[in-house]
Amino acid sequence: MRSLMASLTIEGLSKTFGVVDVIRDASLEIPDGEFVVFVGPSGCGKSTLLRLIAGLEDATSGDIRIDGQSVVRTPAAHRGVAMVFQSYALYPHMTVRENLAFGLENMRMKKAEVAARVDHAAKMLRIDPYLDRKPRQLSGGQRQRVAIGRAITRNPRIFLFDEPLSNLDAELRVLMRVEISKLHDRLKNTMVYVTHDQVEAMTMADRIVVLRAGVIEQVGPPLELYNSPRNKFVAGFIGSPRMNFIPGRIVRAGASDFEIDCDGLGSLTLPRDGRAIQEGQFVTLGVRPEHLELAPEGTQGWPLEVDVIEQHGSSTYLHCSAPAGEVLLHIPGQGRQREGEVVRVHPAPGKWHLFGADERRIAEAA
Amino acid sequence: MAEGAVTSPGWAFLARRRGGIRADWTDWLTYGYLVLGVVVMLAPVLWVVLSSFKSEGNLLEFPPTVLPEAATTARVVGYDRPLPLYAVTSASGVARTLAQVRRVGIEAQMVDPAHPEAGVFAVQIDSARALKHFHIGTENYSKLLASAGGTIWSSIYNTVFITVVATAITLLMNSMAAFALSKYRFRGSGVALLAILATLMVPATVVLVPIYLIVSELRLVNNLWGVILPVISTPTGVFLLRQYMLTIPDELLEAARMDHASEWRIFWRIVLPLATPALAVVAIFSIMSRWNDFLLPLVILNKPEVYTLQLALAGYSDENGIQYGMLLAMTTLTALPLALGFLFLQRYIMTGIASTGIK
Repeated sequence: MRSLMASLTIEGLSKTFGVVDVIRDASLEIPDGEFVVFVGPSGCGKSTLLRLIAGLEDATSGDIRIDGQSVVRTPAAHRGVAMVFQSYALYPHMTVRENLAFGLENMRMKKAEVAARVDHAAKMLRIDPYLDRKPRQLSGGQRQRVAIGRAITRNPRIFLFDEPLSNLDAELRVLMRVEISKLHDRLKNTMVYVTHDQVEAMTMADRIVVLRAGVIEQVGPPLELYNSPRNKFVAGFIGSPRMNFIPGRIVRAGASDFEIDCDGLGSLTLPRDGRAIQEGQFVTLGVRPEHLELAPEGTQGWPLEVDVIEQHGSSTYLHCSAPAGEVLLHIPGQGRQREGEVVRVHPAPGKWHLFGADERRIAEAA
Repeated sequence: MAEGAVTSPGWAFLARRRGGIRADWTDWLTYGYLVLGVVVMLAPVLWVVLSSFKSEGNLLEFPPTVLPEAATTARVVGYDRPLPLYAVTSASGVARTLAQVRRVGIEAQMVDPAHPEAGVFAVQIDSARALKHFHIGTENYSKLLASAGGTIWSSIYNTVFITVVATAITLLMNSMAAFALSKYRFRGSGVALLAILATLMVPATVVLVPIYLIVSELRLVNNLWGVILPVISTPTGVFLLRQYMLTIPDELLEAARMDHASEWRIFWRIVLPLATPALAVVAIFSIMSRWNDFLLPLVILNKPEVYTLQLALAGYSDENGIQYGMLLAMTTLTALPLALGFLFLQRYIMTGIASTGIK
């Protein structure tokens, strides 16, 4: 099947419900064939942004362009996009076949063409044995596939997915994740995928869009977001388990290194790498659990008391308490620490982030 | 649950108990109350149906008989008509079965059907008891159909026409209004709903005269449409359908919109099929009220050829007093289609309750 491709441009898009700004001045450029994931905590506006693209909500201001053409005033049906809903939204009184064909019949397509497209989509998604069943006779995974099939038959320019895997159990979710990724490789359509699960975002996306309270916080490939988050929110949201944040204060800002006094944990000397910092500045040090290392004897490190140990076999999680809150360590192998023991840890070289009081990351100068 | 699965579901439903296996006193109370309800509701209906099969004489009898009965007769040689039989006990205590030839005051002239040659003899009427047997008399029905001639069929046609057409239009109008009120956000939708519901507070008799004036202005007096059009949308129907349609997820409509469906097509292909249980309820209400409607047809239809069944039914009580036999037969006939209709639509209501309640 010929796949239509389309770029998607969002420019200064805003949406208000009454007095609530759900989307604030969002701008985004999605090239042909890219798999973009919108991620953020619930209520961040990611679903609204998707529905604005779909045409199910009217924008308050701004513009949406598909292939350079403004569609902001075009009704949903004529935007050439297809959407997979969180609840699947299959028509319960129609068979799978009728569900798949409904959109095509509405387009007044010839019967033979409809049948061909339905067959094609059903085979691709392996739902052809269930074509004459009603949705309620299908399992969650099968329903999900029918919902995707309904989008495929339409041969849309852009696919939109609204948290499509949130109703599936964990095992099936992993399978469907792979299937949707494969589908993208095969169809090569532009796809926009909304989720609150950062693992889905990391594993599936070409680029991730992180949203918070209606504002796009950062856009970039998964690893870019992981390695250089723009601010504390993105740093905390991307990566699992969450990044540790340790508040502190710069006590000395030297030319090549600086010393930070972490609340209740003592001071630490770290390379400055041209960061714009001043003595006395309040900062937050961010270190991912996997980037905290046990400090060898005699070197500098934070003393942390181990509260709980989680053995995963291949790795070990140490939940430690520090005066400013819990600190989580993820160390490779089977750790021999005991609960109640005090371990000395320090951040792995180059694997830590410094955030200013405005939550923005203080980046090293190139 | 397992118990119910083994026995038939119907019985399991009827024999349900509150909690455990043993019947609680509340169960007895509940069943007692329900049985009382069944008797109170069903007894008059049964009485009417049974009585419709009684002959005129049987109907006027006192004390009344429960089952329809007819006098037992016998053909006696020498008499043209069959004679009614009586059990006669003579003064000496001998019981005989005699046929009555004629009755004069408190004496009756009787003949022994076994020995008609013995001639007629007089019998005191209080020593004779009429012999009767169970007999389903269809004469009320045949008389009804014969005496009414063509008008009964035209009445049936008129009633069926009004009921079917009015119900179809009512369902359409009500569901379209309900669709708009439940699925579209527009300024004044709350006010519109309130206004519709507020009309419930206006008694039907109050608007009867205005309705007649409008109908007559539209020159629809003595026209079936004059009865159909005035009450085509019902506030209860709109409200009921709206409440049901609120339970249809908006995502289905949005999915259909993305599927290039027009709003009209969404209404026909998505919303209406999913609202079937509520539509069945509204249909039953509409059929019942249209079929039984008396006041509006009485005012608007006043020629025999446009009479509805209910008007024709009322017609049996003028000319020579009340013709109970025909009245009862007609009542049974008019109630029958309703009962059948309810039996047919009832399963939709049950599935409706089941699908909304359990999910």
